Amino acid sequence: MFDSLSIHSVLHVLTVLLFPPLLLGVINRTKAMFGGRRGRPLLQTYFDLAKLLRKESVFSETTTWVFRFGPVVGLATALVAAMVVPLGHASAPLAFNGDVILFAYVLSLGRFFTMTAALDTGSAFEGMGAAREATFACLAEPVLFLGLLVLSRISSSLEMNALLGDAVARGWHASAAPLLLVAVCWFVVLLVENCRIPFDDPNTHLELTMIHEVMVLDHSGPAFGMIIYGAAIKLFVFVAMIVNLVLPFRTGNSLLDWIVFLLGTLFVAVLVGTVESVMARLKMAEIPKLLIGAGVVSLFAVILLLSYP
Amino acid sequence: MDCHTLILTGAALSALSGWPAVALPARSSTGQSLAALMNVAGCGLGLAAVWMFFVDGPAAPLSCPSPVPGSDFIVAMDGLSAFFLAPVLLVCGLASIYGLQYWPQREGAANARRVSFFLGLMTAAMVVLVVAGDGLLFLFGWETMAVSAMFLVATEDQLAETRRAAWLYIAASHLATLSAFGVFALLYSQTGSFTYSTLPDSTSAAAVGMAALALFGIGTKAGLMPVHVWLPGAHAAAPSHVSAIMSGVMIKMGVYGIFRVASFFPEIPLSWGLLTLAVGTISAVLGVAFAIGQHDIKRLLAYHSIENIGIIVMGLGLALVGRATGHAEWVLLGICGGLLHVWNHALFKSLLFFGAGSVIHSMGTRDLDVMGGLGRRMPTTATCFLIGAVAICGLPPLNGFVSELLIYLGLFGAIQADKSSMASAAAFAAPGLALVGALAAACFVKVYGIVFLGAGRSERTARVHESGPAMTGPMILLAGCCALIGVAPVLFAPALDQAASTWVAADAGLNARVAELSLSTLAPLVPVSIVAGILFALLAVGTIVLLRRVRTSPKSLTWDCGYAAPSARMQYSSSSFAQWLVGLFGWALRPRIHLPKIDTLFPADVDFESHVDDTVLQRAVNPATRFFMWLFGLSRHLQQGSLQVYLLYILLIVVGLLLWKPAGS
Repeated sequence: MFDSLSIHSVLHVLTVLLFPPLLLGVINRTKAMFGGRRGRPLLQTYFDLAKLLRKESVFSETTTWVFRFGPVVGLATALVAAMVVPLGHASAPLAFNGDVILFAYVLSLGRFFTMTAALDTGSAFEGMGAAREATFACLAEPVLFLGLLVLSRISSSLEMNALLGDAVARGWHASAAPLLLVAVCWFVVLLVENCRIPFDDPNTHLELTMIHEVMVLDHSGPAFGMIIYGAAIKLFVFVAMIVNLVLPFRTGNSLLDWIVFLLGTLFVAVLVGTVESVMARLKMAEIPKLLIGAGVVSLFAVILLLSYP
Repeated sequence: MDCHTLILTGAALSALSGWPAVALPARSSTGQSLAALMNVAGCGLGLAAVWMFFVDGPAAPLSCPSPVPGSDFIVAMDGLSAFFLAPVLLVCGLASIYGLQYWPQREGAANARRVSFFLGLMTAAMVVLVVAGDGLLFLFGWETMAVSAMFLVATEDQLAETRRAAWLYIAASHLATLSAFGVFALLYSQTGSFTYSTLPDSTSAAAVGMAALALFGIGTKAGLMPVHVWLPGAHAAAPSHVSAIMSGVMIKMGVYGIFRVASFFPEIPLSWGLLTLAVGTISAVLGVAFAIGQHDIKRLLAYHSIENIGIIVMGLGLALVGRATGHAEWVLLGICGGLLHVWNHALFKSLLFFGAGSVIHSMGTRDLDVMGGLGRRMPTTATCFLIGAVAICGLPPLNGFVSELLIYLGLFGAIQADKSSMASAAAFAAPGLALVGALAAACFVKVYGIVFLGAGRSERTARVHESGPAMTGPMILLAGCCALIGVAPVLFAPALDQAASTWVAADAGLNARVAELSLSTLAPLVPVSIVAGILFALLAVGTIVLLRRVRTSPKSLTWDCGYAAPSARMQYSSSSFAQWLVGLFGWALRPRIHLPKIDTLFPADVDFESHVDDTVLQRAVNPATRFFMWLFGLSRHLQQGSLQVYLLYILLIVVGLLLWKPAGS
């Protein structure tokens, strides 16, 4: 199941550890450009993380060990999920038959503990955030799995490397329409899982309207740093999946492939920033409708694929 | 001594375990201790027999004459029954120990003796049911189990609610018994004997009848969705250790019945497989949806049993689809996933019921909305409950993930099947299972958060204390088992392989192909262990880093957006957490919402309430019952209570018979 510890595996781990905070910077810079502002530095997230690690934490008297454990699980699960997703042409260091299921469930584990930690504070706002996160996760999960069904049929495999590997390139020739639908639906999943507009506004100032940010209101210092870092990795993982899906082409030169892949992720980050800039946030009650809509479209993609001879 | 003698000795010991308590004075706790000791010893012998079976292989069947002429009672343990026996024996033994402190005889007097007595009897009945090699002994064990469970549900029979639950349970249970009678009568009509054997064909009306009776009749006992109505009330009314047995293993006897009957058929039509899969998926999704709306911790856990039975039946459905289409690997994955989930559910659900019992014992109520912050006062219970909660949501690195992974592998196999095969339809169960997982996570975040985290919602939470070692010990052991299966599933693969090959034995063609496969090559069991190891390592590193980096952490209030005087009543409650999901499933749940209208500027105090009742019970079973009450009530006019009227009836009938001339006579 392990590749020989090749240069690609080392690069994979390094990319996962170092690259993700840059995406947040790119998204913010895109939004600033749309807003006619100069925006904060591209590397601001790195500075924030460094600062948070040096700060002290304040813990509410209501909380227990679960509150402190939440960020650790969030980060650890994001890292495990990042280990099974291939980055462009380079296969993932951790790969086995059925790793896609592990991918979805390990992220669920992180979500479980983030929500539990939120409830540990006893604050109504954080309870609200946890309830929303739980609800939207229920609607987003089937969309992810319907997409996996499509890719699994196209690639005849249940291993991420094959699922998001060369088979996708063949798939764009033979069954482009279902793949396109899956790509669009997964982009919606990316937005909701990572709490971007139109589902959630990471920069909003009103706790009543937040989802993810309100769950972590009480975290501070290194623990909060872990949350931001974990969220960046999770965003990177979903972006990587989209890039694998829409840029399955190989140049043959692996250095060039790495560059294409990383540019691809930056492009998706710009896309996320653009969506955030040109769209208003949905009313809270509209969110389930959009997610159910994405589910129906994915279902249609599966049926369409099954109808091909 | 072979494994049959050993397990029957154990069963006898369990069955007799209640007698000392009956003979001894009501207020003495000696009887209960003796009962627990004997039941644990009986279960221990049984587990030894199961171990012996797995090591030495099957023994020669035992038989003795039965009351029915021409038929024998047969005891024959095979791979399938040995697999179901293990959780029965483990959970029943632990429940006896747990009962020592949860339901002590010193406090409960008369009904504690009843609990000891029927607990032992029910253990023995389940053992007999599972080791039976013929329909008669199966029915004997089945009925003893059903009736013992009724007395256990009715332990607190001074409460009207409990009596209602017990009546509903016994009525539903007899529907299942009737179906089981039907199944074995049809088996007799087909093969000329009550002994388990392969049917001559699967297409005759009798065979179809057997399949339908098994799924919807015996399925009543298992708690499948439209016929689950007895389950939530009975689980909530029974003492918690009894609920643990009922939910953890008794409803599995229904599952065992379905699995066993399914193994009789030489071939399976594809439609049966898809139907079973659909029933399982609906049961799983709606079971968890109903669970989310509950405020009663035990009713909530009971609805999760419906969900998990649904997942097990999904595994069976997948295996049936595999048999219908000749895919040996789906058979193995489906049956192993379903069977492993039988174990897993027995472990984490009894763990959760023990945890709930520990909370109820301390709080004196089952209402979630008066709890809160119990984690600080009962840390062992809280940690064990959290492990059970993560396991039941199917999250890695615990056991629930492994069984769901096996079922997923099979379902994703179905989407890769040949073009234009209806078997691909099976794959649509995969997103259903994903939905179930997400809903279960939402529900258990809610339970764990509302009960153990945050601030106490009532005065009572301040007086809560940790339970004694007889209650926490079994929980710790079960939590350990959950972790063991999750971290090293490969240890259990041989037992699963054996059970699967027993199940598929009737299908001569497929049997050989299933025997060639093995679960450990088909499923990534070793990678699962490696991932668990990586996850634990990362968690350990993260915790250490966090503990080292966290400097002086001044304690303060929860921030609460600047509000300086938060009160416990401002926290999210179980209803508010679930509100959205209940709304999304409103078409099925039909919540009752009491929402006062506020139309003045200075309104008085108002209350908001929402309840999720059982839709099938309220909208279908109760109206049907009322109709039948009315219908049979009509015949009451005949009953006058005076002798003359009855003599008149006799006279009329005799005259009528004299006048009646059947055609042709």
